[in-house]
Formats: sequence, structure tokens, C-alpha cells
Amino acid sequence: MSAEARSYLPEGLPRPGPAIDGLGAEFWEAAKRHELVVQQCRACDAFQWGPEWICYQCHSDDLTYTRVSGRGIIYSWERVWHPVHPALQEATPYIVVLVELPDAGNVRMAGNLLGDRTQDVVIGAEVEVVFEDKGEGDEAYTLVQWRVVE
Amino acid sequence: MRGKAAIVGIGETTYYKHGQSPEPEFKLVLDAVQLAAEDAGIDVREIDGFAAYANDRNDPSRLMTAFGSKDMTFNNMVWGGGGGGGSAAVANAVAAVLAGYSKYVVVYRGLAQGQFGRFGQGPQTPIAPGPAAFTAPYGLLSPAQSFAMRIRRFMHEHGAEQSALRAISMATYRHAQSNPRAVMYGRELTEEMYDNSRMIVEPFHLFDCCQENDGAAALIVTTAERARDMKQKPAWVLSAAQGSDYRQAATAHNSPDYATSNFKTLAPRLYAMAGVGPEDVDVLQSYENFTGGVLMSIVEHGFCEPDEVNDFFTLENFSAPDGKLPLNTSGGNLAECYMHGLELVHEAVRQVRGESTCQVPDANVSMVTSGPMVQPVSDLILAADRGVDG
Repeated sequence: MSAEARSYLPEGLPRPGPAIDGLGAEFWEAAKRHELVVQQCRACDAFQWGPEWICYQCHSDDLTYTRVSGRGIIYSWERVWHPVHPALQEATPYIVVLVELPDAGNVRMAGNLLGDRTQDVVIGAEVEVVFEDKGEGDEAYTLVQWRVVE
Repeated sequence: MRGKAAIVGIGETTYYKHGQSPEPEFKLVLDAVQLAAEDAGIDVREIDGFAAYANDRNDPSRLMTAFGSKDMTFNNMVWGGGGGGGSAAVANAVAAVLAGYSKYVVVYRGLAQGQFGRFGQGPQTPIAPGPAAFTAPYGLLSPAQSFAMRIRRFMHEHGAEQSALRAISMATYRHAQSNPRAVMYGRELTEEMYDNSRMIVEPFHLFDCCQENDGAAALIVTTAERARDMKQKPAWVLSAAQGSDYRQAATAHNSPDYATSNFKTLAPRLYAMAGVGPEDVDVLQSYENFTGGVLMSIVEHGFCEPDEVNDFFTLENFSAPDGKLPLNTSGGNLAECYMHGLELVHEAVRQVRGESTCQVPDANVSMVTSGPMVQPVSDLILAADRGVDG
């Protein structure tokens, strides 16, 4: 992994965690292993994201997390200029993309688009996942980031 | 519901920039409720029902205790959604008086962002749990950042241009120049100022974003029977609706219909209940958290097709008194005050009474849309003519 990927945004932003009731923990554990997973219903095969305790299609509570390819399509994007967190004071502009995953029922994930912060962003462009390891020790975590497929 | 209840009193404090209120938030609410009662011509202790939204901090039990009211018959909170609960709170007040629970229900919102933290700043906790984990660590933190993503997609799908957003902002600022209550009174906005203003998050310039303010607003709802003989000309409630479209609250930006203000199922219900259509609306107050939300709200309420926004969204069309659709005639959240959209309901009442500082001549059908792009959202149609016999 490149140094650039390790440091797209500075340390100091909130780090990800599961919900208080535990929902979503498997996703962040998988990210640490550099695996991209999406919640999927074992009963009807529907993908759903974000995670929930039951399947929105068939109401089964037999849900799992399925590994997907990590290839996606830019669905929407934004370039942030005004920092709203102290950790971002020197980090603007930065780009956030919303990525659609065709091999997971077109669910979407948000992340940063790595590379030039002033680049033109094209809706429909193909992107691939980049795992960004951050933090240390008990506070280590991995973010799911994206870069354009050349 | 049509014509069976009315808004009979409105009150609001001075509106301040955030952090500039000399009084605590709860005192602002006490003042606004008393002013609304005075406007309605009733003793504040006659208010027996309380309806609010957006997790307002000012508990009705404390309010009725402070006023020395004898009885509380109804208290109600619209969950979540921020300003999306504004018209919903009015709808709940109407339900309470029509069900016979209450005689007079006050709808109120107190908001001193200087005293309790600002909406526009990101969370500063060490951990983002649950749904926030999928956004906050990527610097996707504030409402502006959350909603820019939706409007960018809408602009992509329909070829909407920045000039459409600019027209909304300029109309609100133009109207605020006639309104001495407006925080932006005396501060005109030109095209050049908009174009040159700093970018907050593309596509939003500074002037696409609502203010953050201190103040309070309140209004009083009662039945048609009582409203007829009261001090003010009633603003008849033709309809008020609340709700949310299919899976709109899916986390991590996964609502299946994404480029939406969340009014697609609500708007037809609102019009059907009122027995009017978009062609009948004389004046519109449309909640601006951000201009892009107004854009989609106006489209989803049938005022123009999604692919026509570049032609329809002009300063001329949105200007009182004689534009095609006079918009946010007090200055709204952008330029009057961000009172979480309750000031928009007040302005809709003023238009019906003929008391706006940007009055639309003979305004009859006066509409409000509350809180685009959130869950739930709500909307409201008031009228000068009751529209029913008796």
C-alpha cells in the first residue's frame, strides 16, 4: 500500500466502530483483514447496506457478510473545501465519493477518492477498493477507500 | 381535515446570529409562546396542547409549569429528521384538536445554537459508531456534506446547473431586504457575490447554506368552530402531511431513490387532502437547509419537470409579488432566520392574512415544505378561503 493511501485524511477524525448493539462489527473486522464484505441474506440472497438485524426483502434474520470483488462505479461525489472538524483544518480540499457495487446488488459505500485532490471526478467511472490501515494497537482500524481504475 | 382547523396565532422572538441571544433558549421559547397567545387573543394558560419536532430541548411539562397552566391534554414530538418535522408538528396539532384532546395546541421550536452546539460542525467524539462509521472517518460529517452528495446526483441525472441553485438563494435574499425581522436585512446578495463566495462543499457555495441562529417561534392551532370568532383572520389548514418514501433512511447513503428530497409519495397525498394542485398555489415557503433541497422539493411538488429546472429556476419566477412562484417571501432559513423552518410556517400564515413584507396580492393558497432530504419530511397547505361549506 502506498504512503499516500495511508494518509489521505489526517489522524484525529472519529474512528469507525460497530453500533452500540453490535451491528456492523463484522464489516470492520473484515476491513482489517483487507476484505470487503457486504451483508447478505442467506434465505433470499438479497444484499443490504448499511447492515440491519433482518433482511428488508424477506424479513429473515439469517444474515451473513459476503466477500465482494471491491470493484465499483462512482455514483456521486463531492469536493469538500470548508473543514468542519479540527483535524481537517489543513486537509482541504478533499474528495468523498459514493461508490455503487454492481456485484453486491448495487449497494453504495462512501469513501475518499485517492489521488489528486483537484482531479475531475466522473460519475460512472470505475474504481477499486484500497484498504487504508490507520491507528495503532487497540485503536487500529482500516478504512475502505477507492481509486480510479486506469 | 380540510378546513376543520386553523392557525390562529403566531409569535417569534427577535432572531439572532448564533451565539448572540442575550437570553437562554428556554426563555426565548416562553417569550415566543406568549407572543403567539397574545396574537391569537387568548391567555397563554388556555394552551393545553404542545407539539414540537427535531428533539426540541424545551419540555412542555416545564413550559406549562412555568406558565401556571391548569391542565396539559396533549404533548407530542416528531422523531428525527431535523426541520423535516416542522409541518408534521402542525399536522399533529390539527389531529389533537380534531380528536377533541385539546382546545389550543401550540407548535414551537426554540433553537439557541450558540448555547448548545452548532449543526454545521462535525462530531468530535473519538469513535463514530454504527451508521456514522460509514461516513465520519472519511470526512463526510456535516449536513452540507451529506446533502451535497444527493444534489450532485440530481444535477448529473437532469443536467441542472449552478444558476438554478443561485436563483433560490438570490430570491430569499431579495425578499429579506423588505423584512426588518430578517437577520440578513440590509445585506443584499448579487450574482457576483454568489459566484465569488467561497465554496463550502461542491456544489454548495456559502450562500447555498442556511444560517445558524438563536431564537424561538411558536404558533397556535385550534378548531374551525373556535377560529371563526377569534382575533385574527384564520389561516385555514387545508392539508398537512408527513412521512417518508421507501427505505429513505437506509444508512451509508443507500436509499434506493437517492436524488430526491423525499417528497415523492407525500406531495400527492398533500394535494389530494387539500383538493388543490400545484397550479393553485399562490405562494410557497420551501425549507432551505441547502438550496439543492429546495430544487428537488419544488420539482417533486409538481411545479416543474426535473429536466426543466434551468428554465424555471430564475430570480424573476421566484420573486414576489408577481413571479410565477413567489418563494420564501420572508427570506427563509437562508436570509430571515434558521428557526428550523417554523419561521416558514409563520410566513405562510402572514401571506394568508395579507401581512407579509413581500405580500403576494390576494394570496389564497399558501404552501410550506419542511425539511427536504431528511426522514421524515412534511408539508402543509394553508388558505384564506376555508374551502368548505359551513
